[in-house]
Amino acid sequence: MTTSEFAVVAEGLRKRYGDTEALAGLDLRVPAGTVHGLLGPNGAGKTTAVRVLTTLARPDGGRATVAGHDVVRAAARVRAGVGLVGQHAAVDEVLSGRRNLVMFGRLCHLGPRAARRRAEELLERFRLTEAAGRPAGSYSGGMRRRLDLAAGMILAPPVLFLDEPTTGLDPRARAEVWDEVRALVGGGTTVLLTTQYLEEADRLADGISVIDRGRVIAEGSPGDLKARVGGGRIEVVLEDPAALTAAAEIVARAAGARAEVDPGALRVGAPADAGGAAVLIEVVRALDGAGVRVADIVLRRPTLDEAFLRLTGDRQQGDTGQKDDTEQKEVPA
Amino acid sequence: MMPLPETPLGRLRWAVADTRTLTGRALAHWARRPGDVAVALLFPVVVVLLMGYLFGGQMEVPGGGGYRAFIVPGMFAMTMLFGVETTFAEIAGDKARGVTDRFRAMPTAPSAVIAGRGVADLLHSVAALVVMACCGLAIGWRAGDGAGRALAGFGLLLLLRFALIWTGVYLGLGAKGPESVATVQMLVWPIGFLSSAMVAPATMPDWLGVIAEWNPMSATVTACRELFGDPAPAGGSWAGRHSVLLAVAWPLLITAVFFPLAARRFRAMAR
Repeated sequence: MTTSEFAVVAEGLRKRYGDTEALAGLDLRVPAGTVHGLLGPNGAGKTTAVRVLTTLARPDGGRATVAGHDVVRAAARVRAGVGLVGQHAAVDEVLSGRRNLVMFGRLCHLGPRAARRRAEELLERFRLTEAAGRPAGSYSGGMRRRLDLAAGMILAPPVLFLDEPTTGLDPRARAEVWDEVRALVGGGTTVLLTTQYLEEADRLADGISVIDRGRVIAEGSPGDLKARVGGGRIEVVLEDPAALTAAAEIVARAAGARAEVDPGALRVGAPADAGGAAVLIEVVRALDGAGVRVADIVLRRPTLDEAFLRLTGDRQQGDTGQKDDTEQKEVPA
Repeated sequence: MMPLPETPLGRLRWAVADTRTLTGRALAHWARRPGDVAVALLFPVVVVLLMGYLFGGQMEVPGGGGYRAFIVPGMFAMTMLFGVETTFAEIAGDKARGVTDRFRAMPTAPSAVIAGRGVADLLHSVAALVVMACCGLAIGWRAGDGAGRALAGFGLLLLLRFALIWTGVYLGLGAKGPESVATVQMLVWPIGFLSSAMVAPATMPDWLGVIAEWNPMSATVTACRELFGDPAPAGGSWAGRHSVLLAVAWPLLITAVFFPLAARRFRAMAR
């Protein structure tokens, strides 16, 4: 793919705030017309990445282009081609919803009539026509977010940045925002969204970059990321603690991987990659053959939460040491 | 995509248009909250009436003349000074709510974000001066030396307000949120009262009187009294005798210090 097929390209972006390295060489490529999720814990550098890509903050190092323009050298061009919906619903709370959109339109240098027309279109599209005359400060959280999205869409920008667009919203308002984002992408907009909610990334994003400490630590489609922590997982809960060792050996052999034993919960688990069903059958047969009594047995797909915790947790544990050492023993395959 | 202006003139035209839009935003706020505007405009009037009628009986103005007429020019300048609080709160509020960042991420001229605030604040101050002048006329204050000198006086007042915009912008951009306005109030009030606005420095302890006479506020107040033809004596010090010169020099100096500081803080938002 050539650069122009990517709406957002970042190479080795660095940004330091005092002693904190907010971005430590961030690489990112977002294909045009897709939704890309930046997923990471608090303080991972998601917001800083968005601020650099929308020209609000200057990078200390590396380079980035958005909609084909360099964010440092052609900042004004980038601003004309992006919409930003930040973490705050950054609308004027005193002015009415309509007045807000007209003002933002004028600040995007639409003529008075064009700004009014665009405001009406957006009010309609984001189902705010009825509340258009009321001060934005009186809107519910979901309505305010929709107004915020509308303000980010004044110029129908080819690239839209959403920084935690549903933080603090109730499930219904969240679903409304998701619907709007899907509709925008249907219209050809590229969306880069940051989120702490794995469900959000899973539902919306075509591609996900998991970032931690200012760096991308994993990348791929939601499915890829789930597959990376193992295709699935087999877990057996026993009735008798005496059978733990035997069960662990059986599970490890069948799964062809290390089995993790949790003596407290009488549980034996192991990653079970592709062919998990065959592993399950083998485990059931072997346990039965060995006369091990089983309270529960499951084969389950990993959630994105697990993938996320795995990916970010590995790094943290590398620093602090294995804190689960005392509880879990590993049995080699 | 919107074509960007390529020439300096084109960019200037955008900046002017954006400033007008953002000034319009502030005016629209007033239309939405007429009660707040009325309170802001009437507050100095209430202060003057309180001081004039409660304290006035006990006050003796050096050189004769009524206390009420004496404090009206003082209150004009106080109103300019209180304006710092407005500028501060609006700038800090927009920054804390992310509104400033939204403007900065749009193809809007960055200078207009501050200039729009400045123009709106000057307009607000003009309105406050008109209200205050009407009140002054009602309680015995006169601008007796002709319209030209009176306008020059009001010009000096607005020059002070102009300088204080940059102080307000600088402080507002450094604030955590609009709530910190209480801190600014604590700074503003002593600066306002430690001047010739309400009391003649000649009546203060010597050392305090010297500080009061060199207060930029005093320069504007004394110059206004002179231009309006008020009888109160300017005082014998160099600062007192050259009040008009100082009433021009002080605001220029404040602007020379705070304009670059404010501009640097605004640019530093990109750090």
